Amino acid sequence: MTAAPLAPAAPRPTALPRGRTLRLGLLSAAYEVRTYFRQPDTVFFTFLFPVLFLTIFSVAFSEGDFGRDADGSVISAAQYYLSAMVAAGVLLSGLQNLAVVIAMERSDGTLKRLAGSPLPIASYFLGKLGQVLVTALLQSALLLVVAAFVFGVRLPGDAGHWFTFAWVFLLGVTSSAVLGIGLSALPRSGKTATAVIIPIVLVLQFISGVYLVFSQLPEWLQNVASIFPSSGSRRACGTSSCPSRTPRSRRAGSGTSAASRWSSGSGWSSASCWPV
Amino acid sequence: MEPVVSVRDLHKSYGTFSAVTGVSFDIGPGETFALLGPNGAGKSTAIEILEGYRDRTSGDVRVLGQDPARGGLAWKARLGIVLQSSAESGSATVREELSRFAAFYPSPRDVDELIAAVGLEEKAGTLIRKLSGGQRRRVDVALGIVGRPELVFLDEPTTGFDPEARRRFWELLRSLQAEGTSILLTTHYLDEAAQLAHRVGVIAGGRMIDIGGVNEIGGAASRVPVVRWREDGVLREERTTAPATFVARLVAASDGLEPDDVEIVRPSLEDVYLGLVASAAPTSAPEGVLA
Repeated sequence: MTAAPLAPAAPRPTALPRGRTLRLGLLSAAYEVRTYFRQPDTVFFTFLFPVLFLTIFSVAFSEGDFGRDADGSVISAAQYYLSAMVAAGVLLSGLQNLAVVIAMERSDGTLKRLAGSPLPIASYFLGKLGQVLVTALLQSALLLVVAAFVFGVRLPGDAGHWFTFAWVFLLGVTSSAVLGIGLSALPRSGKTATAVIIPIVLVLQFISGVYLVFSQLPEWLQNVASIFPSSGSRRACGTSSCPSRTPRSRRAGSGTSAASRWSSGSGWSSASCWPV
Repeated sequence: MEPVVSVRDLHKSYGTFSAVTGVSFDIGPGETFALLGPNGAGKSTAIEILEGYRDRTSGDVRVLGQDPARGGLAWKARLGIVLQSSAESGSATVREELSRFAAFYPSPRDVDELIAAVGLEEKAGTLIRKLSGGQRRRVDVALGIVGRPELVFLDEPTTGFDPEARRRFWELLRSLQAEGTSILLTTHYLDEAAQLAHRVGVIAGGRMIDIGGVNEIGGAASRVPVVRWREDGVLREERTTAPATFVARLVAASDGLEPDDVEIVRPSLEDVYLGLVASAAPTSAPEGVLA
């Protein structure tokens, strides 16, 4: 077998075309999504994990007390954990996934190879962000479907709540992804990436009320947690699906939307933190 | 014509350790230059400075008319880089990965044509992580030339290749040479350098100890043929420019009897190289801080 000869060189353009940063960003996002779903461990720990936990918690704590919503009806475990797991999903898809993957790409030479190519660094990050957006969206949709059809959670019927959910989700994913990019600098090698990143994300989830009922945490811990996007996402997701359902959010303001709560400046923990 | 690569008095030191000390060389358009040297000699450090990955301590470096420390994306689009170690991003197929990289460049090669050129037609749809080491290395090479570069850096490209794959790689490189591509190659296979390079430079201890045409380095003395034979059970050797005459004299001296194990060897590039590196060893110890 012999090598096929290569075609002769074409004339070489000197300048790179305009708009390639965005175009390559979109191409990278498609590539990232495709390769993401080919890694079973990543898919399990960052994509399916929240669905698994929604199922476990909704069944295990079905007798638990999660307070009452604005209409005075009892909040079910599935209802509480739906918002919690949507927020956890945003955190896992954005922060955990990116922090681990970028740390691994740094140590296995992928980043070095890309750095030697004419791929703009902005396109690389756009690709990562696009991947996180797509997978987090699919994940949330999956969670909503499971919650609605398996556990009978009533989803909001008006556009207002969905609009709130949409922009909070978008901001949550973006800030979580940005934090993930920052946190990827922490692990010294790709091998230790999961060991370094997962505990951080787990602690954030615990103090943010993803696994424990947030209103039952001491107030100082709630304030600490509010610095991080996980807590904001969880509360905001909760707000959009069942307004004023915790004593804290009732106290926090009008209780109708996350936006009004933040704009009314309901305390440093909500107003002075990252935009979620 | 202006050289594609121009390196003058390049120095790179890490603290008190000097990795590269006063290296100078040029690579002309369309030329293949092989940088040879033992492990840790400073080859990869020098190459990574040219590729723009590392800063230099001092010296003047031009690659395609640019200072690599300030090379932008348009400059990178004219280069092809095959790093010493493969990246492990294995969740894409060979074709997907090549198509992805092809999109980075303004006038890339045809991906399927390139897959055929590196002999991976049957693996085009296979995930890279499922390939063997040598096959992955071929993907690395393909990724390095997918952008139709004017200058290719190949840092030990054939590590892990089986002999057939190496031959095929040589053909691929000759086809790049025929297109006018300039190539900077490092390799531990001296026959590879002899086959492909127009000129070679030998680096040891961070210094360029010799540089010249493949058939010139080491000087004429290092290429004098060697006659070896066995006499009274002892292996003897003699360097002579007239080996046939010498052997004839040996035969005559033993009254027409055939000498044992007689052979005439013309030193290969490898012999010359080993001689050069051995003679450089005493002076190539790490030095102090550079001026």
